[in-house]
Amino acid sequence: MGTTFIFTVVILSVLGLLLAVILFLVAKKFNVEEDPLIDVVEATMPGANCGGCGFAGCRAFAEACVKSRSLEGKFCPVGGNAVMQKVAAVMGVQVEEKVPMVAVVRCNGTCRNRVRVNEYDGSVSCRIMSSLYAGDTGCRFGCLGGGDCEKACQFGAIRINPETLLPEVDEEKCTACGACVRACPKGIIELRNKGPKSRRVYVSCMSQDKGAVARKACSAACIGCRKCEKTCPFGAITVENNLAYIDFNKCKLCRKCVAECPTGAIHAVNFPPKPAAAPAEEPKTDKQ
Amino acid sequence: MRRTFSMGGVHPHDCKISADSAIETFPLPQRMYISMSQHLGAPAKPLVQKGDKVRAGQLIGASAGFISANIHSSVSGTVAAVEPYADLAGNPVMHVIIDVEGDEWEESIDRTPDIVREITLSPAEIIKRIADCGVVGLGGASFPTHVKLSPPPGKKAECLIINGAECEPYLTSDYRLMVEHTEEVLLGARIMMRALGVTKGYIGIEDNKPEAIKKMRELTASSYSEIRVVPLRKKYPQGGEKQLIDAVTGRRVPSMGLPIDAGVVVQNVGTSFAVYEAVQKNKPLFDGVMTVTGECLDSQHNFLLRVGTPFEKILETVGGVPQKTAKIISGGPMMGKAVANLSAASVKSTSSLLLLTEKQTRRREEGECIRCGKCVQACPMGLEPYLLNKLARASRMEELEHSKVYDCIECGCCMFTCPANIPLLDYIRTAKADVMRIMRSRPKK
Amino acid sequence: MRKLIVSPAPHVHGDESTRKIMKDVLIALAPSMLVAVYFYGFSAIKLLLVGVIACMGAEFLIQKYLMRTKVTVTDLSAAVTGVLLALNLPPTAPWWVMVIGAVVAIGVAKMTFGGLGHNIFNPALVGRVFLLISFPVIMTDWTVPESWFRPGVDAVTGATPLALVKEGLAQGLTVDQIISANPDLTYGQMLFARAGGSAGEASALAIILGFIYLLARRVIRPHIPVTIILTVAVMTGIFWLIDPSQYTDPLFNILTGGVLLGSVFMATDYVTSPMTVKGMVIYGIGIGVLTVLIRYFGSYPEGVSFAILIMNSIVPLLNKYVKPARFGKEVNHA
Repeated sequence: MGTTFIFTVVILSVLGLLLAVILFLVAKKFNVEEDPLIDVVEATMPGANCGGCGFAGCRAFAEACVKSRSLEGKFCPVGGNAVMQKVAAVMGVQVEEKVPMVAVVRCNGTCRNRVRVNEYDGSVSCRIMSSLYAGDTGCRFGCLGGGDCEKACQFGAIRINPETLLPEVDEEKCTACGACVRACPKGIIELRNKGPKSRRVYVSCMSQDKGAVARKACSAACIGCRKCEKTCPFGAITVENNLAYIDFNKCKLCRKCVAECPTGAIHAVNFPPKPAAAPAEEPKTDKQ
Repeated sequence: MRRTFSMGGVHPHDCKISADSAIETFPLPQRMYISMSQHLGAPAKPLVQKGDKVRAGQLIGASAGFISANIHSSVSGTVAAVEPYADLAGNPVMHVIIDVEGDEWEESIDRTPDIVREITLSPAEIIKRIADCGVVGLGGASFPTHVKLSPPPGKKAECLIINGAECEPYLTSDYRLMVEHTEEVLLGARIMMRALGVTKGYIGIEDNKPEAIKKMRELTASSYSEIRVVPLRKKYPQGGEKQLIDAVTGRRVPSMGLPIDAGVVVQNVGTSFAVYEAVQKNKPLFDGVMTVTGECLDSQHNFLLRVGTPFEKILETVGGVPQKTAKIISGGPMMGKAVANLSAASVKSTSSLLLLTEKQTRRREEGECIRCGKCVQACPMGLEPYLLNKLARASRMEELEHSKVYDCIECGCCMFTCPANIPLLDYIRTAKADVMRIMRSRPKK
Repeated sequence: MRKLIVSPAPHVHGDESTRKIMKDVLIALAPSMLVAVYFYGFSAIKLLLVGVIACMGAEFLIQKYLMRTKVTVTDLSAAVTGVLLALNLPPTAPWWVMVIGAVVAIGVAKMTFGGLGHNIFNPALVGRVFLLISFPVIMTDWTVPESWFRPGVDAVTGATPLALVKEGLAQGLTVDQIISANPDLTYGQMLFARAGGSAGEASALAIILGFIYLLARRVIRPHIPVTIILTVAVMTGIFWLIDPSQYTDPLFNILTGGVLLGSVFMATDYVTSPMTVKGMVIYGIGIGVLTVLIRYFGSYPEGVSFAILIMNSIVPLLNKYVKPARFGKEVNHA
């Protein structure tokens, strides 16, 4: 009994010691020298690993920041300015404030506005649908309703509304990481300036078809009539390929174009219900 | 036991209900819509403008690049417009739109029905003539024929295989050509063998076409002894190039390789006929045989149809679209394209319009994968469709490449056979395109 | 004209469906069920009915109220599990044992993994092994119950041939002595029909009929059953040649116990067997070897259930590492 006990203790101790030595040697041999600053920067990141910054994940972003010793051209859309300030602080560099952005769906081809001309019977995926054909409506530019954006969004910020079959963005959750923008094969999602009090004016259409064709396919289409372009006092609207586009850097949110648009393709969101002169407020920079 | 390809494959119902309908000449419509993109590769450059008078056989679109092909007018008349026009998928493609007036052909074309047997052109001249006449592969991919007949340096063709398998259900256009124009098809093969400088030729025909095998055998026995008729046991996708080569010669085209890597060039029966007409009759490719079929139609047809005829016109001629029709397919039911836009027009390689009913074509409700392995068993390329589908849905590109998704020929056997009705090919197809793009973008070592 | 359907190719589908496959399996099991009813009469009918109802009921209730997903009992996979489980129990087993087995088979072995297609182990076998471990007395009581079809025969205490041999050897007898002491241990009886043992073991012929049907309908491929049977034959053959007094001959081993039922109906279960031919062969050999090892060196007289369950667990590995033969050689496309 006594010897068994002693043997057990001795064998286990020797084994433990041996393994410890091996582990030590291996750790020494395969040790990778890394700037400890990378870990510090990574710790300040949101950790969503969404790739919205253009790097493979938060770690890759932190690595790139530390290696280049500058934050120029680098921005974490999830963490926003607050995180970038923190990163700048740990790295000891300066960073410019960025205006907050939000994903905007530029199609208003709801089931009512846009008649289905055929029935899609394949896998529910915009990628597959768009590689197969122009779509199940007369408009080949509009939303296919397959929900690739919904699947791409890690924050649950974009959802297909089952009634309209169009995606809707939850502004509170949207981090403007751009995953939906990349996922949409029709390119109808745009990252736009969030605007003061989240107020925005944009053209909710991507149709480049001629007016008559676009109008026939969808009652809410931009028909390229240029009325908005002429109305805009700030020169923020340009019409190209039968499609109007509002430059959000020039737009002063006066909403004259909204009233002018014959098809209602220009949307103004988050304004108070009664039309009033747009208040000139400071852009709300920080929502965190 | 007759030979067939060695792995995978499925047995869809034959449905060759239009097999006994002789080729009829389709009446000329009033307006023709000739696409500038009827081949793999860059679209042709339009050579005519609105108001120009054209004749059938006149060059109206010039080949734009190495893999591209000439386009000729299929009718005589006045050019009404040169503008984008929606193809069968609803996407705009440059078209030359012609108002038909009379039926005047270019004078250089031999319009007599006589068969010209003597081949006078040299191999180089043959290839040039085929390129000038805009002949493309009519088996589906529309690869320019003259490119296929000019193997890249260092590679040598040893034999030519004419693809008379027509393994897709319903299609009978190749069958009618083999039965009604047996000698022209064989002459086309002889011309291509001369162009390639090969002495061995085969024509592979599935054994559900005994009439075609008999006629071909009679002629090859008497005067075309260099071409061997190979009857094949019916199995889909026998008409896939790699499968046909395997079935006829037992050679296997390497992974990622082309038929020429196995020393073989494969051409379709329709292409062979077009080559004969181009070389011996100086007639550019502007018409072809097209099957119009479906159980819901009262009559089944094989039309000799000019390129650019709108589908609407064709369907009107056969008595309109029956109420029961749920889907119209250009091509066969396994690999054809569903038509979304009926005002689209036929192109060189349109081999059929197939009308299917709801019951025949509606996808069934998708169930859970029961891991039966039937897709693995059915895959003619030895891939694992169940796995590829799973990886594709998760966008795992590296594993997809490792699992050889690039070898997929998109034949649809896996999806056809899946007892759980899983749309395997939907995701595999897009994943394959993605993986191929990634592989191409990689710097070559 | 109505709206046209648009979808990617292929535009037609074969006649296969999960339900049809399961129906074919049930048809293939019909001969074995008939033999069971013939020998064991009402007991067999009761077990089969309770098995099917309990399995389908368990699946229905779990899917509807626990998982709150689509109910898929109509695909008949639960019915197959029920029949297989019933054929694996002693005919005298009480109905509540069957119900417990069904709940374990469907609830634990199938639904906890996510339902049909996701389970790692064959549900019927998990059910059976659970019962075997939990109720060893009931599960090895091989009393042959009365049957209307064999009037005049009183209830007898049967025992499975394998158990007879194992017990005999333990008592120091030789194989020859055991067989001559039990006049019903003839090949003819074992092949056609022999009362004793579970319902599924009664007739080898009935199972072979089912096997032929499954092959003809292309429901299964022959690789798994054939490799299992060949492996069992080779392994037992080697032992038999070494010492015929201690080991039974190959034919005896194939015809007795669950080798046939297991290899044809349980090892070929799609979900828990490999996808590729090479994988199937490895899997079959593994089952054969394990079966013989358990029979000869384990404490149980029978080893097929355990062998299949053990090999089930390496199926995911086989699917990952054993790839089908690809078409065309890999070339260096650099």
